[in-house]
Amino acid sequence: SFQSEVEETLKRIQSHKGVIGTIVVNAEGIPIRTTLDNSTTVQYAGLLHQLTMKARSTVRDIDPQNDLTFLRVRSKKHEIMVAPDKEYLLIVIQNPSE
Amino acid sequence: MPLKAGTQKSKQVSSQAASQSVKAPPPKQAKAASKKKDDDDTTEMGDGTEEWMQGKTLFKPSDQLELTEVELKEEITRILTANNPHAPQNIVRYSFKERAYKPISNVDQLAIHFSLDGNMLHKDSDEARRQAAKMGISERTTTTETSTGETEERTEAPASMEEAGEVEEGGRGGDSRKGKSEQKITNQFNFSERASQTLNNPLKERESQTEPPPRANFSASANQWEIYDSYVDDLAKQERNKEKQKAPPTKKEDDKSKKKITSIETQSDDISKVAKSSKIIERMVNQNTFDDIAQDFKYFQDASDEFREQDGTLLPLWKFQYDKAKRLAVTALCWSQTYKDMYAVGHGSYDFTKQSRGMLLFYTLKNSTFPEFIFPTNSGVMCLDIHKVHPYLVAVGFYDGCVAVYNLKEGGVQPAFKSTAKCGKHTDPVWQVKWQKDDMDNNQNFFSVSSDGRVVSWTLVKNELVYTDIIKLSVDGALMDGPEGMQLHTTACGTSFDFHKQTDYLFLVGTEEGKIHKCSKAYSSQFLETYQAHNMAVDAVRWNHFHPKVFISCSSDWTVKIWDHTIKTPMFTFDLNAAVGDVAWAPYSSTVFAAVTTDGKVHVFDLSVNKYEAICEQLVVAKKKTKLTHIEFNPVHPIIIVGDDRGYVTSLKLSPNLRRQPKEKKGQEVPKGPEVEVAKMEKLLNLLREPESLDKK
Repeated sequence: SFQSEVEETLKRIQSHKGVIGTIVVNAEGIPIRTTLDNSTTVQYAGLLHQLTMKARSTVRDIDPQNDLTFLRVRSKKHEIMVAPDKEYLLIVIQNPSE
Repeated sequence: MPLKAGTQKSKQVSSQAASQSVKAPPPKQAKAASKKKDDDDTTEMGDGTEEWMQGKTLFKPSDQLELTEVELKEEITRILTANNPHAPQNIVRYSFKERAYKPISNVDQLAIHFSLDGNMLHKDSDEARRQAAKMGISERTTTTETSTGETEERTEAPASMEEAGEVEEGGRGGDSRKGKSEQKITNQFNFSERASQTLNNPLKERESQTEPPPRANFSASANQWEIYDSYVDDLAKQERNKEKQKAPPTKKEDDKSKKKITSIETQSDDISKVAKSSKIIERMVNQNTFDDIAQDFKYFQDASDEFREQDGTLLPLWKFQYDKAKRLAVTALCWSQTYKDMYAVGHGSYDFTKQSRGMLLFYTLKNSTFPEFIFPTNSGVMCLDIHKVHPYLVAVGFYDGCVAVYNLKEGGVQPAFKSTAKCGKHTDPVWQVKWQKDDMDNNQNFFSVSSDGRVVSWTLVKNELVYTDIIKLSVDGALMDGPEGMQLHTTACGTSFDFHKQTDYLFLVGTEEGKIHKCSKAYSSQFLETYQAHNMAVDAVRWNHFHPKVFISCSSDWTVKIWDHTIKTPMFTFDLNAAVGDVAWAPYSSTVFAAVTTDGKVHVFDLSVNKYEAICEQLVVAKKKTKLTHIEFNPVHPIIIVGDDRGYVTSLKLSPNLRRQPKEKKGQEVPKGPEVEVAKMEKLLNLLREPESLDKK
């Protein structure tokens, strides 16, 4: 039931207005689930994984009891949202103005 | 030598002087005597030695001391010492230590009689060498021949180990070298330089190569947070060990149940670990989509309110809907007191003929597209209440008369507790449930009121729901005579109730007949008071949040009435031109309330501003035939949620005019707190109390 709930949530996110793609990346930076094409996925996964690690390291260095909740990168064209977890990374690309 | 002989003679003379004349000759005299004797000896020959040994005629010199006989006999000993008679005997030196002159004990007794410096040089000394060098230059011509001969000898015998030969050669070599000008002087005895070339062994190289050990690159970073993490892990381990040591049997059950839950979570597939992140992402996505609404919710203050004198407006924010609840009317709304952005919606149906299923949904303002919790029910939900202290406990009343308690912490769609036909469930729809404070045994309990005329208290005891009838509502004064002289009590139907905010035992019940009864938990058969409130069923009755005496009631007879519970007639009456579904006091002011009507309008009143009219009357639904069923104010945010009979919940923001706080007079302190609100209300009531006339619109 946990699994189905999460699946449902991910489906909802994907079908939400303006969402371009969803990627789930594991702790090593390898994408395990994606709705985009392979090359884009690999690129996003690799780059954002590094960025998230850096961001998390920054937050925790300042206060080890703190932790990164999410990361938003807003660009001209769209917004990349990353929610890190202990083992996984969830990346969603959305075009908010659509 | 003449001196020595002199002394000897004098000794002999003195020793023999016992009988003969004793002489105590001073050395001079001895010398003189000896001289004379020598002279005599030389002149006399033959028996000279014997003669002078024996006594002979003494010849007194002229300067001889004249001594008496006694003095002459005196024996004077003469001691021969090695002391130098000329050496001083009393040399005194200054001693700085004792700051005095001290005699020296040892005096040098050496007397040098004769010294002569010689002119011999050691041949190794500098001067000697210089001389030798000078000599050497002149002698070189003579010695070269001999030295070449020597070198030839040396080369002829390189390998001989004869020590003698070596020594000789070494010695000669040393000499010859010395003879040459200033060469290195080496140890003459056992130095020799010999060189020889040996046969070198040929070199061979041997290698062997092994398989390299398997390598892996390892890198890690040491940050402050990594250190912190490892400490936390270590601490957790220690605590776990401690727990294991402490009372293992009693805790086993708890641990097992806990383990079960955790193991379920870990055993399930990978994807479910993303649960939390996906929830966060969903909210973020929603925030992006409804960005403008979120901004409005937080920051928008309607500036045009300044130009409207008293009126305010309602700004529509999010609209909540759920697919499966689309046909079901909103029958109950309740905000959570602890999570100020979360609220619960009960879905069911008010239509007697169309009874089907129901739903219990929880929404949060952060996600307007999908509910947080979904509980489908068999029968329509008619009312619900979220516990103030434990926000995961929700009491629900159903159309079929059941009451249930849902625990949000537990998964699953089934309620934690449910009343059954055996244990006192109502026989008619439950119209209102309300949580109470924990009873003396710290059990949670809640009340319910239903159309079957009973007000029941339910207590959550362990796994069961225990009920207690509190009061049975009866139509006042109507004891009809039955066929056989029995008195029939006709039970009234309760449609709503509310508990007093401060006095716990006091509560109001609204009935279908339009009456409101004031009851106490202590008295189960009698009402404290009855108010002839409305002509139709009382849909809602609510105590004021601040003023302890005031309550409000609304009914399908189009009116909203405000009462002082000590007075039997209402203080205010408002006619809203349509059946009023629900009314609610504002949590921030004692004089503000809002009501919803079946014509889709929300009416907001502020009695301190306008006693007769609403300060806001606004249509909030799109389709005209939608009836608004419930309204609730958010405890902290300036928004209200409104439920309608189509299953939608709309959130609206109150404009500043609707949230007016009492204006502070200049110079005075700004009064804050509930006392102000109470005073405000009291002032209003005082205006009305004396004439006691109804202000009818």
